Amino acid sequence: MTHELNAIFTIAYRDFVKLLRDRSRLLFSLVFPIIFIGVLGGSLQSNLAGAAGYNFLSFIFAGVLGQTLFQSTASGVISLIEDRENDFSQEIFVSPISRYSIIIGKMLGESFVALTQLIGIIIFGIVAGVPIDFFGLIRLLPFFLIACMFGGAFGIFVLSNLKSQRSANQIFPFIMFPQFFLAGVFSPIKSLPPILYILSRIAPMTYVVDLIRSIYFIGDPAYNKIVLFSTGFDLLVVGIYSLVFIVVGTFFFIRNEKNR
Amino acid sequence: MSKDIIVVKNLVKHYKKAEKNAVDGVSFSVKEGEFFALLGPNGAGKTTTISILTTMLNKSSGDVKIAGFDIDKQDSKVRSNIGIIFQNQSLDINLTAEENIRFHATLYGLYPFRPTYGLMPKEYKDRVMELATILGIQDSIFNQIKTFSGGMKRKLEIVRSLMHKPKILFLDEPTSGLDPLSRATLWEYLQDVRKREKTTIFLTTHYLEEAEGADRVCIIDHGKVVANGSPKELRHGAKSLESAYIKIIKDEEK
Repeated sequence: MTHELNAIFTIAYRDFVKLLRDRSRLLFSLVFPIIFIGVLGGSLQSNLAGAAGYNFLSFIFAGVLGQTLFQSTASGVISLIEDRENDFSQEIFVSPISRYSIIIGKMLGESFVALTQLIGIIIFGIVAGVPIDFFGLIRLLPFFLIACMFGGAFGIFVLSNLKSQRSANQIFPFIMFPQFFLAGVFSPIKSLPPILYILSRIAPMTYVVDLIRSIYFIGDPAYNKIVLFSTGFDLLVVGIYSLVFIVVGTFFFIRNEKNR
Repeated sequence: MSKDIIVVKNLVKHYKKAEKNAVDGVSFSVKEGEFFALLGPNGAGKTTTISILTTMLNKSSGDVKIAGFDIDKQDSKVRSNIGIIFQNQSLDINLTAEENIRFHATLYGLYPFRPTYGLMPKEYKDRVMELATILGIQDSIFNQIKTFSGGMKRKLEIVRSLMHKPKILFLDEPTSGLDPLSRATLWEYLQDVRKREKTTIFLTTHYLEEAEGADRVCIIDHGKVVANGSPKELRHGAKSLESAYIKIIKDEEK
């Protein structure tokens, strides 16, 4: 048991060290959030905020927090497939540790990585003049972890159905990019045409984004305009999705690893 | 009479969607402390065999025991008793040489995980330095892997794979891509390590001269064993193992 814990820490720590040594990745991870908050947020705030009845910059800022944690952890976990093809993880896979420890270690490590990126986004938010509610951010701390773990679970689910890094690179934009819009990261999704409505209520990212907003905007006069569901409902959906993703994902991941 | 440390009986591997078996009823055994070479042309089934023996791939049928453990039922036990040098380089280039070794050691449960070298126990430090000195890389042990040459990377991988004192060291074409001098020194070191640690060596290679020093050579082609014996027996009058090998494979293709 202590052996497995050691292994989990080793795998997680390795991911973290890799991030710190890879400056370009650290900077690149801030590109999307900066475009979303700075460019999209700024232009929507100037043109549409009056009609919406709330501050668009804060709306997008909170959305991007959830989206980044979810996406970053998911893509990090999916990188297991790249590791398996080259690099050190061949080492991880032949070492005498449980496959579950590999998955847990990777989820933990990539959650740290995502949380590090979050600091960058918050600093950018301050610089860009987003009105930030710091008590809101403190309230969110445990929910940030939930968002990471949910992203990790989603990552394992996607990973278990992929054969190679190439297919991962091809499919990842298709499963992530539409979710930005369906989940309402930077556009309101209270009312949508029927098909989009159904898709947006299926998209896992919807619930993580709404979960973050439902905590961040507590006490905001426009709360009911911004938030879709109750915190409890968001947590329930996130919980059910996570459970399904982890169970199904882990099962197929472990089965496919040796059966070729 | 030393005992068999690797026993392979009627090993068969059929890849999904493949027409033929990649490994088709292979049987052989390796004695403890032996230097065993598995040879064969590209696509003969060498890498498939080594992947199965190292628990990276499921077999279709047959029986394989490594260090007395069944590869399916006791895969974790098998893993802790073997070391592997992969065909592809498997170091983490963002880490230092020592970090690569340390992460390996904690993954194998040798020492508790610590974030820095200084916090690791003395036994660990001694073992790292001992092995690094044997392989002549002790001065670069705290450098980033990015600065290492191909030969040094291979040596580092050997140091790493020996940390947990494996009973068997699997080497899958360990010298491909190395210049002749690096190859020669690497083999000197490997022979030295082998004597000190009494490790069984399981080698696959395309450089036949590397197999001349083996205790036993097994040649496979199209997934089947076509020759098995000491280099002397296989030479059978031919001037080198290489010419004997070429003759065996050519006869087989007819």
